[in-house]
Amino acid sequence: MNLSEKPTHSLILKINGTDTILKIKPWTSLLDGLREYAGLSGTKKGCDHGQCGACTVLVDGKRINSCLTLAVMHDGHEITTIEGLGTLENLHPLQAAFVEHDAFQCGYCTPGQICSAVGLMNEGKVKTEDDLREMMSGNLCRCGAYSNIFDAVKEVINHKTGVLL
Amino acid sequence: MRENYIGKATNRVDGPLKVTGQAKFAAEFTTSGLLYGVVVSGEIAKGKIDSLDDSEALKVEGVHKVFSHKNRPDIIHYINKKHEDQDSPYGEHFKPFYDEKILFNQQPIALVVAETFEAARHASKLIKIKYSEEPFLTDMQIARLEAKKPDKGKMGWEKPKSRGDAEKSFASAEVKFENEYTTSINTHNPMEMFASTVIYHGPGKLTIYDKTQGVMNSLGYVCNIFDLKKDDVQVLSPYVGGGFGSGLRPQYQLMLATMAALDMKQSVRVVLTRQQMFSFGHRPGSINTFKLGADKSGALTSIYHHVVQETSMFEEYTENIASWSGVAYHCENVDLDHKLAHVNLYTPLDMRAPGAASGMFALECGLDELALKLNMDPIELRLKNFAVNDQAHFHRPHASNELKACYIEGAEKFGWSKRNSKPRSLKDGRKFVGYGMAGGMWEANRQAIQVMAAYNKEGKLTVSSASSDMGTGTYTIMAQMAADSFGLHIDQVKAMIGDSKLPEAPLSGGSWTAASLSHGVIFACDKLKKTLFDSAKGMKNSPLSKSTFEGSVFKEGWVYDKTDLTKKVSLLDILKHEKKDEITETDGENKIMGMIKQMPYSKNTHAAVFVEVKVDEDLGMVEVTKVVSAVAAGKILNPKTARSQILGGVVWGISQALHETNLIDHNFGRIMNHSLAEYHITVQKDVGNIEVIFIDEKDDVTSKMGVKGLGEIGIVGTAAAVANAIYNAIGMRIRELPITPDKLIRAT
Ligand code: FES
Ligand code: FES
Repeated sequence: MNLSEKPTHSLILKINGTDTILKIKPWTSLLDGLREYAGLSGTKKGCDHGQCGACTVLVDGKRINSCLTLAVMHDGHEITTIEGLGTLENLHPLQAAFVEHDAFQCGYCTPGQICSAVGLMNEGKVKTEDDLREMMSGNLCRCGAYSNIFDAVKEVINHKTGVLL
Repeated sequence: MRENYIGKATNRVDGPLKVTGQAKFAAEFTTSGLLYGVVVSGEIAKGKIDSLDDSEALKVEGVHKVFSHKNRPDIIHYINKKHEDQDSPYGEHFKPFYDEKILFNQQPIALVVAETFEAARHASKLIKIKYSEEPFLTDMQIARLEAKKPDKGKMGWEKPKSRGDAEKSFASAEVKFENEYTTSINTHNPMEMFASTVIYHGPGKLTIYDKTQGVMNSLGYVCNIFDLKKDDVQVLSPYVGGGFGSGLRPQYQLMLATMAALDMKQSVRVVLTRQQMFSFGHRPGSINTFKLGADKSGALTSIYHHVVQETSMFEEYTENIASWSGVAYHCENVDLDHKLAHVNLYTPLDMRAPGAASGMFALECGLDELALKLNMDPIELRLKNFAVNDQAHFHRPHASNELKACYIEGAEKFGWSKRNSKPRSLKDGRKFVGYGMAGGMWEANRQAIQVMAAYNKEGKLTVSSASSDMGTGTYTIMAQMAADSFGLHIDQVKAMIGDSKLPEAPLSGGSWTAASLSHGVIFACDKLKKTLFDSAKGMKNSPLSKSTFEGSVFKEGWVYDKTDLTKKVSLLDILKHEKKDEITETDGENKIMGMIKQMPYSKNTHAAVFVEVKVDEDLGMVEVTKVVSAVAAGKILNPKTARSQILGGVVWGISQALHETNLIDHNFGRIMNHSLAEYHITVQKDVGNIEVIFIDEKDDVTSKMGVKGLGEIGIVGTAAAVANAIYNAIGMRIRELPITPDKLIRAT
């Protein structure tokens, strides 16, 4: 019998505001659930081991590495991916700032960087430039766009909160 | 041509797609019934597979097949040795699954194909392998004793040329010093892991989404080894999640996914793991024996640079490490040598500024050491020995060389005059502050290329070529150039690349893509404009009937007579007149044509990089707090994306200096830190303030527009500048990369 015919675990993930039913095996990571089963490949896989941050998504507003958690653990949770932040016509302020500051080159780490920055702002802990650098250090960028990423995120934080770093 | 976009900071045209997660990479294309392949990696450095038991793996639900040397299809690849690719070095290339022999650790030895990734991954762990190990050697420091001259090397290899009598002049030099510099093995690690999605359409007919820096290379490779017709296979890589050289050779997931798809008559995707990203190609480690001699005025009288570089047992990978010491500065007596130390590792592979990033680490640190002995400012020493021409290549003049301006403007911006040449003289709290600088150099080449330009009835212009954008900004510069050529808004222009059905383009590497495309795009657009003009002129009662093409100008969808702007024809009317939905022309440049004018010149980009570090002596920690990189690279097409290229190069240089190294356990011949947790690269916290200056530089030899390319120059010299700054901070000279806390603590 083929695996596909076998009963699998059925769960509902609220992804970007839409209830999405996924039929998957319980050992599917949230990352693979999104990329391979929900058809949302905007979230990237850079290591599958929680070491790079490319897979960062927001679960109930908190940033997590989606490769380090199983999809079945998030039944009923609100998951926001890069696809849920803004559209081509209506970019999220961070997405717009990333384009404006050229805060990426290949763009592979970018969805993770942006989701991470949204999570960072939700946390509200950044008080200084050094905090910002420290708290964005879980997202690797091999292209080395760090200083532009820094400028983009700083600009949006300043604009949103009025707090000058 | 009016320059509305060229030379102006322009946002990436593919930016919105990238920030919304819509840009698709090789592993993100899918089709119904797609199967997933997971590669099993070997665990010894040398020997053979005695047995490979896949019975448990095959029992896993959803697993369809396990491929290995035992059951691999008899593809032509194994028989006729046609498995070259455009970047393969001289030697006997590795053929996955050919036989039971193990040539290097982490060698791919099996592929599990299943209906889900989860099933394939699980089954891959159930394969039981028994090996017979044979003695091996992975330590370059031992292999150097047997190092030998390369036979043929690889494409681009230039045997280093000596001149004069360096030994004699060294013996009699008034000021001299000698030492050994070592660079470590580094791995590219682009953020996107290597992946190929092979869509099966029928026997011999495939669409392949591949991670590559050249779709034509992947196409040629696959067609060669599987005996397929080029017309039946299409290779696509619209977006590439970083390359840095790793995509210059097709990697084994391409061959394995294609093999499985053809054999199983189904579509297959294979994605490597991060661990497996360490199993092919790396920047080779190098040992640089280095001597400099000078007279009291600082004029160099002798340069001696002998290199030992590691390569595999089966291929002769060679990079130009020592040769930079023969061109970067003026000196009559130069002794250069390059030998290969063969080890039981996989073959190295070009990695950002291959050769220069290693060789110029030695050269630029060496000059710093000499400056100290001479009690001379490091910039003054470099100015004193400025290379007025290319002594290693028939004393050819530079096509352009604003290196002096790099020194001066860089130093000014950095505040170099505040530097105290005496180490340990500046402190910030308990940290010592140091300033260091270095020069950099990279070749400015151009390759043959073809581009197609098309104007359609929606009033859109498309320019396309089988080139690649790994984050380098190719899409954007193509759109900028085409927009200016036709006087259009950039939104009216579309750039297409990464598709083997498009006109032929070279591999994207060596910093030649922008210069090559600057010719291709302009030639193709000119040809299309000529066709459109001729058609307009030929219309009945054409307002342009008396006009000439040279006297015409294209703007916002019209072609005008420059001398009388009331005379004009709309491009859409030309399409109607021709009864066509689209008019296309293809043009470009062949190699010979492109080279003739360049022959008498030496063509390079130059840079000077300035670094401030803060060193905590107790903890051995180094912070790079400020960098200024002054670059002379001809015409800058897009200051925004160009700046990013240099920022990236500088970040790589910091990484090379302080973090990156493949740690090999020589007892097992195995990389110990093959993950992103343990293979350290620069992160956000490691990067301070980086400023990039582009020096105005005119060049009408290197390319028509004066474009020179920027992919490599940013890294060259940066590691040396960091090392020199560390010396200036604490008076400790570390000559072995990377400069990690353990080395600093040991030294202090
Ligand atoms: S893919 Fe999840 S952290 Fe790297
Ligand atoms: S933009 Fe390429 S890895 Fe960050």
